[in-house]
Amino acid sequence: MAASTIAVPPTEMPLSANMRGRVGMWCLITAESTIFSIFVVAYLYYAGKSLSGPTPREVLDIPWFTSICLFSSSLTIVLAEKAIHRGDIKTFGIFWFLTIALGVIFLGGTAREWHRLIYDEGLTISSSLFGTTFYSLVGLHGFHVIVGETGLTVILILTILGFVTREHAERISVFAMYWHFVDAVWVVVLSVVYFITR
Amino acid sequence: MSTSSAWAALPVVGISVTNAALASTLRSPQTSLFSPVSTPADEIYRLSLLVLAICAGIFVVVFSLLVYAVVKYRRRPSDDGREPPQIYGSNQVEIAWTVIPILIVVVLFLAAARVIHAVQDAQFPPGTLEVTAVGHQFWWEFRYPSYGFVTANELHVPVSESGHPIPTHITLLSADVVHSFWVPRLAGKTDLIPNRRNEMWIDPHVAGTYVGQCAQYCGTEHAKMLLTVDVQSREDFERWVQAEKAPAAVSDQVASGRKIFETTACVNCHTITGTAANGKFGPDLTHLMSRKTIAGGVAENTEENLRLWVTSPDAIKPGVLMPAMQLPKQDIDSLVAYLMSLH
Amino acid sequence: MFDAQPFSRPVVVSADQDSAKPLFDRVHEWIVTVDHKRLGLMYFCYGIVFLVIGGIEASIMRAQLAVANNHLVSPETFNRMFTMHGTTMIFFAAMPIVFGLANYFMPLMIGARDMAFPRVNAWSFWMSAMGGIILYFSFFGGSGLYGAGSAPDVGWFAYAPLTSRAFSVGHSTDYWIIGILVSGFGSIGTALNVLTTMLTMRCPGMTLKRMPLFAWMNGVMALLVLVALGPLTSAQLMLLIDRYLGGHFFDTQAGGSAFIWMHFFWIFGHPEVYILVLPAFAIVSEVIPVFSRKPIFGYSIMVGATVAIAFISLGVWAHHLFTIGMTSYANAFFVASTAAIAVPTGIKIFNWLGTMWGGKIRFDVPMLFCLAFLGQFLIAGLTGIMLAAAPFDWQLGNSYFVVAHFHYVILGGIVFAVFAGSYYWYPKVIGRMLDESLGKWHFWLFLIGFHLTFDFMHIPGLLGMPRRIYTYEPGRGWDIWNLIVSIGVIFQVAGVAVWAFNVVWSYFKGNVAGNDPWDAWTLEWSTTSPPPVYNFATLPVVRSCRPLWDLKHPEDPDWKYE
Repeated sequence: MAASTIAVPPTEMPLSANMRGRVGMWCLITAESTIFSIFVVAYLYYAGKSLSGPTPREVLDIPWFTSICLFSSSLTIVLAEKAIHRGDIKTFGIFWFLTIALGVIFLGGTAREWHRLIYDEGLTISSSLFGTTFYSLVGLHGFHVIVGETGLTVILILTILGFVTREHAERISVFAMYWHFVDAVWVVVLSVVYFITR
Repeated sequence: MSTSSAWAALPVVGISVTNAALASTLRSPQTSLFSPVSTPADEIYRLSLLVLAICAGIFVVVFSLLVYAVVKYRRRPSDDGREPPQIYGSNQVEIAWTVIPILIVVVLFLAAARVIHAVQDAQFPPGTLEVTAVGHQFWWEFRYPSYGFVTANELHVPVSESGHPIPTHITLLSADVVHSFWVPRLAGKTDLIPNRRNEMWIDPHVAGTYVGQCAQYCGTEHAKMLLTVDVQSREDFERWVQAEKAPAAVSDQVASGRKIFETTACVNCHTITGTAANGKFGPDLTHLMSRKTIAGGVAENTEENLRLWVTSPDAIKPGVLMPAMQLPKQDIDSLVAYLMSLH
Repeated sequence: MFDAQPFSRPVVVSADQDSAKPLFDRVHEWIVTVDHKRLGLMYFCYGIVFLVIGGIEASIMRAQLAVANNHLVSPETFNRMFTMHGTTMIFFAAMPIVFGLANYFMPLMIGARDMAFPRVNAWSFWMSAMGGIILYFSFFGGSGLYGAGSAPDVGWFAYAPLTSRAFSVGHSTDYWIIGILVSGFGSIGTALNVLTTMLTMRCPGMTLKRMPLFAWMNGVMALLVLVALGPLTSAQLMLLIDRYLGGHFFDTQAGGSAFIWMHFFWIFGHPEVYILVLPAFAIVSEVIPVFSRKPIFGYSIMVGATVAIAFISLGVWAHHLFTIGMTSYANAFFVASTAAIAVPTGIKIFNWLGTMWGGKIRFDVPMLFCLAFLGQFLIAGLTGIMLAAAPFDWQLGNSYFVVAHFHYVILGGIVFAVFAGSYYWYPKVIGRMLDESLGKWHFWLFLIGFHLTFDFMHIPGLLGMPRRIYTYEPGRGWDIWNLIVSIGVIFQVAGVAVWAFNVVWSYFKGNVAGNDPWDAWTLEWSTTSPPPVYNFATLPVVRSCRPLWDLKHPEDPDWKYE
């Protein structure tokens, strides 16, 4: 057969097997985005349509501090990624821990806000359309933060125990994509709930 | 397959024979979309003929090509085993069979859009009859706001002649879940959705009784939520309106039955104008005997059926929301006598 | 038959190795496997089991509807039957079958050793399986099997507020929600696996333009899954919040909206049917070229049409909602978008026709099923176009005309394509051919049954018969047609029984297949039947869309014409 006289054309696509993690995570992000979009649509659709109960303007304060913390955690996770790509596990651990801490502050702030809304303002998931859509949307996001925190913590523990090395840098980056996605969703939720419809 | 041409002819013959049978079947029955008597149904009927013609044409062309290809390009027994010319495609052909479908699609869209506009954006002349239909689990409530009475399951409307059009404009509401109002000979269906106001209209040209039923699954007895539209001449309709406007017939002979009605749970659900009964959950019974059927159109309005219905509704319509009242036989007799007096 | 030496060497498995393992170990291997072929096979078989169960549910319904005012089953039971039939067929028969075929053949066709994420693959399968088991557990709830227990009875699209706590007492709706929610996570997992595999695991030389259409169409299907399943998940979570946390998403008494459920559901529901049909196109696009002895006509156009269909399918959902009272402008828009999708779909039909044109058509069983597919899918598409004209849908929406239309697509299109695929690929998976004459019996019985049932089903719809009714009034002209429709079921059951027997019998007694019994051109035929666990001894290197054609015809290879 004359196959050997013809050069094999190179694979032209930029994507190859070592891009699997990132492509897979983009797929997951796509699916999750559609889930969030529908909750946002429901929120927007029902804005102003509650039959009773407090209005957003009356009870919602813009969560400046906790939002800044969450957005900063995206920065710290990027710094952590850069550290592990360099092989600097110690710096990686420090920034990774900071990411977790900033996320915990965000969650704590959300918990405080909900406590105030439920006990002081009487806004619950069943009290009105606003209550239902607010707690569902913000809660869905919070749930994703919790899942992220769990993953972050597991990785931190593995790091402390010494199992995480430079070879895992790509996987760390893939996980970090999830965390960035959670932050991006907060940008949308923050804008819709605390600015546009308040 | 040398017999493939014969096999191919079979569906064609079958289709022609079925067509003839079909044509006569489709035009006759009470709920065929091919026998419209009202403008919305007329418009849809004409559109459907156009659409059917276009689609039948496309089918004949493409299916014939398919049959032709299968017959002409089949591998013959005498085949030499060489592969046929390997054609990868043809831009001209692709353009042709993209452009032609686009044109067909545009024609269909324009035809449909015209009918949508004609039906949904119609203007109503003064004198249009206003009716509000409220869907319930498993019966229809009809309110006539301009006359001030309420009836159930059988909608009476005046005939709308071309010289003197009296369309009926129906506002659609629902008391519980989603239902759908469908009387094929009069109009397409429109849904009754809770917390939402929908509308439709009919203008039947021919007097008569037209049947339909609920067309959106609404629970256990969805199949038995039947619907009748009685299209009457203007004189008959006026007479009916006058009868309905009157309060309930009172007669001393059925006083015991009336007492039972008013002291049992009946009054929680049913209204009889002029009495203490003011319930809204079930049908208005003021002129019960003016209706031809009971139980949402399921049973004829006879004494026997009334007795059965009051004793054990589940026997006629299992899963219906009216409870069995567990009354002794004598009470049932008096009650039925009372109900039968409500003309 | 040509044996493609460069890509694989025969694998010798000693007979002793397998039979020596105790049964427990062999079962355990299957449970913990991450091999895409085993998972694909399990997905497929799982789907077939539920196809049969769904068929039994349909048979019960058709028996009840064969005559007017029948009393074979109670209204409660009937309502559970149609809900379970629809839910089962879509989520637990069709989707697993489609995922099973994608799982098994995508890596083989692109020259990979496995999917991108083997463990996610296994997790996804078991999640999907769990969902079905949860749903079917509902039959044992309530009063137990009698009266079909607590199985969902709200229709497969479960319109609010019928599904609210007030109108759906008991747990039937909850089973519906949770069964589908759980399997939905599995679907998303499989979809991301399929898409990532298609994008990142192709063998050297296989650019996207040289990928088999099967891979393209399953990849686009996977993308649609990722985009479309989310809205359903969200709507179901909202319904759970309403039912258990006192939420008001669909609570019309508290100002909530019933039709927002409809919109959310159908934003999922319409792309879902394209998720089911694209893999059917994928099968047909592989089988027709091989049995016409020509390459697919218009490869790039087929890819473009597929992408166009997927894209447009995201914008047509409200053609399920023409009767809910949208404005005339909204209705007109959805008429336009729905009619538009006919154009790329028609292009595909013409391209398949063009593939057969000028070829040398062999009428083996896979091709018979594909030919039936072509005629039937044509009709299905045309009834769809009719329904796209909104006023026509005002009459015929929610009637038996629609039921006939979508069964024409799903049975006449998708199931016929799946049967074609089963005859085509069984030799590859099992190593033996399915019996040809039994296959022809299956084909003709099923064809007759299908047409008896679904051709005549259009008529009651045209005569005003709505769907989801457990019985109907005599004298409306519906009786005779319902009877014919019900009789057709008998032939379909017979056909499927013949196929099932064939599958089992051929496992033991079928002719040995060899690597490439059909003289085909894609990579799965270059390895042994069944493939070794590592698929290929050395990863293939390809230069065109039909690598085996190039090997078999070195004087006239495809890459000369690229």
